[in-house]
Amino acid sequence: MNGSKGRPLAGAPAGRTGGSDAAGLGRRRAAGFVAPAMLLIVAFLLFPALWTVYLGLTDYQLTGFAAANPQVVGLENYDRALGDDRFSNSLVLTLQFVLGSAVLGQAVLGFAIAWLMRNRVGALRRTVEALVLLAWILPSSVITFLWIALLDRDGGTLNALLNTPGTAWLLEYPMASIIVFNIWKGAAFSMMLYAAALGNVPPSHLETARLAGAGTFQQLRDVVFPRIKGHVLTNLLLISLWTFNDFTPFLLTAGGPENRTEIMPVFIYRIALESGELGFGAAISVLMLLINLVIALVYMRLLRQRKDASA
Amino acid sequence: MTPPPDHAAVPSASDAAPVAVATAPAGPPPSDTEHRRREAQRAAGREGARRTVAQIGFYTFVSLVLAFFSLPLLWLAVAPFDANPGLSASLPEFTLQNFQVLWDNPYAMRSLGNSVILAGGTGLLVVTFAALAAYALSRVRLPGRDMLLYVLLLLSSIVTGTAAMVPLFNLATELRLIDSQLGVILVLSGGLLPSAIFILKDFMDGTPRSYEESARVFGASPFQIMRDIVVPVVRPGLATIGVWSVAQVWGNFLIPFLLLRSPDQYPAAVVMYTFYTEGGQANLALISTFSLLYSVPVILMFLFVSSRYGFRFHGGIKR
Repeated sequence: MNGSKGRPLAGAPAGRTGGSDAAGLGRRRAAGFVAPAMLLIVAFLLFPALWTVYLGLTDYQLTGFAAANPQVVGLENYDRALGDDRFSNSLVLTLQFVLGSAVLGQAVLGFAIAWLMRNRVGALRRTVEALVLLAWILPSSVITFLWIALLDRDGGTLNALLNTPGTAWLLEYPMASIIVFNIWKGAAFSMMLYAAALGNVPPSHLETARLAGAGTFQQLRDVVFPRIKGHVLTNLLLISLWTFNDFTPFLLTAGGPENRTEIMPVFIYRIALESGELGFGAAISVLMLLINLVIALVYMRLLRQRKDASA
Repeated sequence: MTPPPDHAAVPSASDAAPVAVATAPAGPPPSDTEHRRREAQRAAGREGARRTVAQIGFYTFVSLVLAFFSLPLLWLAVAPFDANPGLSASLPEFTLQNFQVLWDNPYAMRSLGNSVILAGGTGLLVVTFAALAAYALSRVRLPGRDMLLYVLLLLSSIVTGTAAMVPLFNLATELRLIDSQLGVILVLSGGLLPSAIFILKDFMDGTPRSYEESARVFGASPFQIMRDIVVPVVRPGLATIGVWSVAQVWGNFLIPFLLLRSPDQYPAAVVMYTFYTEGGQANLALISTFSLLYSVPVILMFLFVSSRYGFRFHGGIKR
């Protein structure tokens, strides 16, 4: 940045030079323009993140003695988490949820739809895309009820279709249910991203590969994948991040039955706000923030590399 | 995975084989040519069969995808108009009576009003603050600007509502913002602002500065320039950010669920949840019509944004 105070920012109508402060805002007023937004961001984004770290080191409670007088207990919360079966259960379920519904489910289904529809135009493609997108954009509390109705033990459409009366899917197969539900809800993003990415693969290359006798799998591996590697990575990072932070399964199963769908966001909610153990909940939140940080850093690095490559 | 039937553009291997036979040198004996022709025919047959199998595979897959995605949605399309709505989607006995049930419910209509307040308030705040910040960042070289934008974007993708629900709840309690719509609006705005600033700055970087320069030559103040020149020029960007924020808030469940206490403050997202989790037999006439009415604005907003820009961004991070 040009730190010299001699630079007449407010009096340079010549325009084309440097920062080109066309409206003559000046640094002071510019800072004033940025301030309201920064205030909200610092108060409701930066500060909560830092405060979580502090809260995670205390025995803060929603009610009772520790609510009025929280004590710093150091790493005790983390120590407790390590030995807590419910926490390790939540960790395993979260891993299953992210790998099963995002990395495998959404990414593969999204890619399959994008790949099969890549040369299609017209009603079929529009219908498929509209339905997939609809699942993505409808409010989460609406779609969860649609799934509750679909999976209902007595009146549900699924049992009527499969002729499996009396199957309570959300009780008997809770984890599988929320995984399939999340695939349904989120496949749209992968579909759109891969559809855009496949536009970058020259059809002539695919044709050449096919004339040379390459099967679909070989075409995908040797021609398509090398060209969309960046997109694949971007997609996997983003959908993992979003799925990891998704609270919607709570609306479907509320973590039950018997904690069998207690993924980390639900675990934190139940520990901190239902049981009132804010300190312990904050400690788990710190772990979530750290995992988010790692994913986001890798993603930002990827973006920067691509920017450098295209510049 | 099956290859799609897209061989219209270039002749594929099956067409190429007979050509190769026809142009073969006259040298080999007739029996050999005959043999090769048969071989080619057989290859063509195999290719044809493969193609048919691929077609069948394609349509099977597409049917499954269509079924998978439409099955849950069917109920939403049918039940609101069914005289006796059940949980499974079936041919309705057409009625509009269910909408009367919706209208008579004290919480339903009020919650939609609350959603409008939350979404409108957040949208207004985000657009105003983001536009001011983005303009300043685009036109003035503030020290550390690029670093600031980078950190902001990183923050907004890390500090999600789920990861920060404990401190957000505490903060709202300390600031006496529990059970206040203002609290929900402020928290949501803080989360949406980084992406909004980032996108709008991109937008403003792409608009010409010459208008602002000439206005300044004629003695306009920065605020006049902002109001009369910059805002009209970047209006499509502002509209997109506005719609995007409204859509994010409209569907948001967690933050109002966390911060609001009294049912008459609840937005539609939370009321919808209480409709089917609290108190005995679910009223399907109410739930179905409410779902539909609550969903329609989202669909309209989606059509608006996608007709303008397609979905280039979502959630915390711009692609």
